[in-house]
Amino acid sequence: MTDDVRILTTALDPAALTAELVEDRAHSQGALVTFVGMVRDLSDNPVSAMQLEHYPGMTEKSLAAIIGRARARWPLGRVLIVHRVGMLHPGEPIVFVGVTGSHRREAFAACEFLMDYLKTEAPFWKKEITPEGERWVEAKQSDGEAAQRWRAAQQQQQ
Amino acid sequence: MIEVLFFARLRETLDLARLVLDLPEPTTVGALKAQLAARGAHWQTQFAGRQVLAAVNQEMADDATPIRPGDEVAFFPPATGG
Repeated sequence: MTDDVRILTTALDPAALTAELVEDRAHSQGALVTFVGMVRDLSDNPVSAMQLEHYPGMTEKSLAAIIGRARARWPLGRVLIVHRVGMLHPGEPIVFVGVTGSHRREAFAACEFLMDYLKTEAPFWKKEITPEGERWVEAKQSDGEAAQRWRAAQQQQQ
Repeated sequence: MIEVLFFARLRETLDLARLVLDLPEPTTVGALKAQLAARGAHWQTQFAGRQVLAAVNQEMADDATPIRPGDEVAFFPPATGG
């Protein structure tokens, strides 16, 4: 049962990270769920690059705390969170979350839970570099609501 | 002494990543924000106008969180990672 949090300044390779989880998992773990987030380029919002900044030290602590909360809710095998920082281009992977579990249900749920909390609680900030100039991405209300949904679900269970 | 760190939009607007301040007596996050907002126009807009989050010793904090000598305080906008 190992947790792994990695902040990368170089390319993130989802296939290699997935292979690592397949190799390393205990054989009682029948499920592996992964999520890969990528830099988007939308036609009405052309982005030539994305600059990712974070708070070294707090980033790792907050991701470890989020993993701890997921483990308190579901029995999980391995958890691996990898996040890029620095300059990225459209199409490049920015975040990888991989979770192994005995069954698919907890692995799916935990993967979504980890992403929802990562988006609102882990200290990363995106700046879009566009042909017109640079702009900091504003936090989305829907991301806050996604994390809030898990809190509401837990209160209902209690 | 305390170390104050600024990230993302705050770091760029203030043109400052790190500030070391004397701390004659214990304070709170809210009081430090008011003190920083009084440093000038840019500071006023960042600390009084827009949503600013705070961490003390790398844990999320609110206005009532105490600050003691030796603490690491950070200010930043809401997270936009992932």
